Order: sequence, then C-alpha cells, then structure tokens
Amino acid sequence: MKYPLIEEERMIQKTARDFARKELAPVAVEANEKGFFPEAIYRKMGELGFMGITMPDEYGGVNLGNFCLVLALEEISAVCASTGVTMSVHNSLTNWCILKYASEELRARLLPRLTSGEMLGAYAITESEAGSDVTAIRLSAVRKGNEYLLNGAKILISTGDTAGAIIVFARTDPHDRTKGVSAFVVEPSFEGFSIGKVEKKMGLKASRTVELVFEDCRVPAGNLLGAEGMGLKIAFGGLDGGRIGIAAQSLGIAQAALDEGVRFSRERRQFHTRIVDFQSTRWKIADMATALEAARLLTYRAAKLRDAGETCSKESSMAKLFASRTANSIVYDALQMHGGVGYTEEFLIERLFRDARVTELYEGTSEIQRLVISKAVIEEYERSIPD
Amino acid sequence: MKILALLKRVPDTEAKILINTEGTGIKNDGIKYVINTYDEYAVEEALRLREKAGGDSKVTVLCMGPEEATELVRTALAMGADDAVHVRDAALAAPDPFVSAAVLAKAANDEGFDIIFCGKQAIDDDMGQIHSIMAEMLDIPQVNVATGFEISADLKKATVRRRIEGGDERVETSLPAIVSCEKGLNEPRYASLPGIMKAKKKEIRAKTLADLGFGALPSPARSAIVRWVPLPKSTGCMMVQAEETRAAVRELVRLLREEAKIL
Repeated sequence: MKYPLIEEERMIQKTARDFARKELAPVAVEANEKGFFPEAIYRKMGELGFMGITMPDEYGGVNLGNFCLVLALEEISAVCASTGVTMSVHNSLTNWCILKYASEELRARLLPRLTSGEMLGAYAITESEAGSDVTAIRLSAVRKGNEYLLNGAKILISTGDTAGAIIVFARTDPHDRTKGVSAFVVEPSFEGFSIGKVEKKMGLKASRTVELVFEDCRVPAGNLLGAEGMGLKIAFGGLDGGRIGIAAQSLGIAQAALDEGVRFSRERRQFHTRIVDFQSTRWKIADMATALEAARLLTYRAAKLRDAGETCSKESSMAKLFASRTANSIVYDALQMHGGVGYTEEFLIERLFRDARVTELYEGTSEIQRLVISKAVIEEYERSIPD
Repeated sequence: MKILALLKRVPDTEAKILINTEGTGIKNDGIKYVINTYDEYAVEEALRLREKAGGDSKVTVLCMGPEEATELVRTALAMGADDAVHVRDAALAAPDPFVSAAVLAKAANDEGFDIIFCGKQAIDDDMGQIHSIMAEMLDIPQVNVATGFEISADLKKATVRRRIEGGDERVETSLPAIVSCEKGLNEPRYASLPGIMKAKKKEIRAKTLADLGFGALPSPARSAIVRWVPLPKSTGCMMVQAEETRAAVRELVRLLREEAKIL
C-alpha cells in the first residue's frame, strides 16, 4: 500500500519483512504442526529489537512508538500469525503494563529480560465466568503481610506456560465489582502457581494457549501494579494498545491471504482461462484490496493517536473491529478462489483461514468493540448538544 | 584498522525489469531499490574484521549513486558501520566502469584505508570491473570472488579463500588490498531496530566531483552503452490438447516430426 513512511519506518518494515521471510517462514509450518516455536527465535527477535519496540533505551528497548510496532507486527503476522500474537501481547500488554505501573525495582529487574526476548510476556484476564465482562473476575487476591495469596484460575492465556512475566487481574475486594480488581505481575517461579489444561485450538497452533492455576500462590506485594483497585483502569488502558496490535496482526494475515489468492488465481486455469481473468475473481480482488487498505488506514490512525498520547479507545476498537472482520472476509474469499485444494493443508490459505478466526474473538470480541465504539459515539453526541 | 566497504544501489532482485521505450534505461516506476546483494557480504565482512581487529578500527561505507541511495547507506550504518561517504553528482548519472572506479578510487584514497571490501559484481549491470580497475589505479593487490577471509595476527596480511573447480584456493595478500566478495563468505546481519535508531546520528559525508578535486568527469569514459534492447519475445509454447492422452501423444509426435522436424 502506498503510504508516506519516513526513512526509519521503511527500514524497520524491511528488517521485519526480511526477518519474517528468512527466519520465520522456513520454520513456521513445522512450528504450527508441533504446536510451539523454538525459544531461540524470540531471542533473535529480542536482539533485533522486536521484543521491546516501545520501551525506553534504559530497559533495553528501542524507544519507538506503536506505529512502528504495527509495521513490524504486520510483517511478522503475514508469515506466522502465532508469532504475531506472541509479539503483540508481549509488547502492547506486558511490557506496557510493567513500564507504566510497576515499581522501579520490578521494571529494572523484568524489562531488560523482556526486551531482550530472554523472557516472554503474557496477560491474563479471562476466567470461566469472566472475559468480556472484566468486572466478573473471581480469582481472589488476599493480602497477608508482605505478600498476596492468589486463588483461582485463568483460562485461554496465550503464551501462559512459557511466559516469564504474566499480568494477572485478580479480585482484592469481593464487594466492589469495579474498584475491587487489581493487577499483579506473576512470575512462574512463585509457589502455588501451575499450568493447567493446554488447549487444542482451531488456529494459531504455534502459539500455546493454556489454563493458569493459582493455589495459595504467593505474590510479593511489590508485584502489585499501581495500587489496589486499579485493575480495570490498567486492563482497559492496556487493551487500547493490545487491540491496535491485534488489528495489525489481522492486517498481516489479510495481506498474506490476498497475495495467496492473487498468486493462485493467476496460475490456475479452468475452461482454458486463468481464473484471475474471470470477472467474479476480479471483483473479489478489488473488494479485498480496498477493504484491506481501509483497515490499514484505521489501524495506522489509531496507532498514531496512541503515540501522540491521545485517548484512542474508540479508534483502537474501530481498527480492531474492521481489520479482524476484513481479515476473515479476505481469507474466506481467498480460499474460495483456491477451490477445493484450498481446503487442504497443502496450501497456506488453509492455515490463514484458521488463524484469522480468533482475531474477532480475543482482546475483546467484535461485539465488545461495537459496545466501546457505540458508547463513545453516543457520548460524543451528548456532549455536543447544549444542556 | 581503517576498513572501507563499497555499496551500490540496485533494483530489487525480485523486481521485474522493463526497458524504457527510448532504450536508454529501465522503467523506474514501481521498482524497489536495495543494497547490491554482494555488497551486503562486503559490509558484513568489514564489520566482522572490525570486531576482530579491535582497537580504534573503523568501518566506512563508500557509495556512489543518486540521492535516493542515502537510505541504503543508512541501512549499512544500521547494520553497524561507523560512518559513510556518499559521492553524488548529476554528472555521474550513467558512468562507465572506468569513470566509476576512478571516482571511487579517489574517494577511497582521500579517506585512507587498510583494506577495501566490495561485491564481486553489481547485480544490475553485472559488469564486475570496479574492484579490478580500482586496484590498478590504487596500485594495490586484488583478490576476487572471496568465499573466506582471515586476517593475520599482526593485521598486516590476509588469507582469502576462493572457491574453484574441485576445491578451495587460498591466496595470501599483503595489505592494503581490495577483496571482492562472493555468496557464501558470510551471512549478512539484519539492520536491527536499535541499529536503525543509532544510524540516525551517524555521519554521511556527501561529496560531489568538485569535492573530490575533479574539474569535470575524471577521465573520458572507455565505453558507452549505445542502446538497451529488450529480448525478443519468446515464440511461446504450444499446448497439445486432445480428449485422450493417446491421441495427444500421437499429435505431439506428429508435430515434432513434421513441424519442428527434430524426429
């Protein structure tokens, strides 16, 4: 897509693209079959700066904005969406929460290991009875002297079993639904922490998704983020960035699917004609490409607003809603262009089709994005009319 | 050590090259430009040598090319080179290898060097002459198409490996020298994100022909490209079609015998 990028942005994009094609592509198929990525790949991504894009230099970061993170995530996700989600959660959620809300002691101890890729980050909100409704969180955190005892379980946590730092949202006050939630950094070495069920998923198979179990899990009070009761504020603040990350992941998947569709339709002949020359294919290509570029513009805008320090909940949700929706419609059409073979594992489109689905589910379902957007629009209207 | 690495801006290897209608060059629209692949090996080897030589060793990138080449020079700085000289001059729009080598040799001489690394050829015009002409002009040894490089402990000599039919040739050379690099010499590093940020502060010294002390073009070009001519369109292939394989084969044999006359 033509878009005015400055020199350093073009260079970052190129490094991400080269890395994805040379290092990720050759192992992505096997990683998706085996269900995990060799950890060395994240070390390498750390060395190149991908695991601390938005973190300051003093913690080993690159000190760049969300816009550059988006450019890199697109390229990585186009080759392996599983690596894309790991990188997105790590950067937009874990790193961000620790930088913004952790004590200096915790920042100095964890961030350099996160930005170097030595340690991965995870983010745990969802429980069996809570997810979209964050206020329904039940996992309890009770203060005992210098530590908190956590009890309960989190489910569907990306990278949960390989992460070295997990942002866990827990209930510190059972009586106050909204102000009773707090955020902690849980490290897997903590007593009482264990991994439960490892999920078998439809897609993103090279990214592990697990249950986290807390049985009198001892979390030092110093690992509380911000103050008690700040959980919801932290959760939603992080998600603004996280949603931009998932929008970028969606763009990567969508671009890969469009490329596959065009490539295949130029090669495949039926009725003595390349199927790319049928008008039904042409119409599809035009609509896919237009929607993709529109989604990209929404995502870039949201990232730039966040970099400018402006509130961008509505814009992040719009970007995520539209980009994830678009990714799913593009993988659908690109698979249709393949015909029956697209349904086999022989073709990349099969993986892209499965990987795209979750972008409409995690970090807020499409329905939740619509709630956020409509609420903002109605509030804007109400503010614009005189009392 | 003072290490120079030459760098040329060339069309992306994946770009589809079309000759313009005037036959004076290629169609530029939509073409992405990259660092010449073999020059990437040169930059990488220069960086490795700097790490080995230690002390106040320094890698300077030397590029001749249009203003747009700056971004690629910056990429080499992001890979880790210390600074760069970028020779750009409207008079150098389409230099022949002799002129290019004369300009680069002068720039290298002004800069001073213990060794020069460059690609064995540029992947655009495939002339492959620059290093040899430069070596003659600078009166230094040249070792070409290197697939291995080792520096002596006293940093005065280098052993260069060259892949030849059936084995390797090891060439020992005194320094200063020019070494042209071949695929397999090393695996070039990426321009890391921290490297990209650091490169913004590194110096790229732009020089014109006048800055290098040339009044006009250094010396008359020895060769000129008269015209670029597209390859004749291939006559294409004929698809033999029939309901049955047996009939198709019969038709194919008939065509090979009667039309192509090769059976």
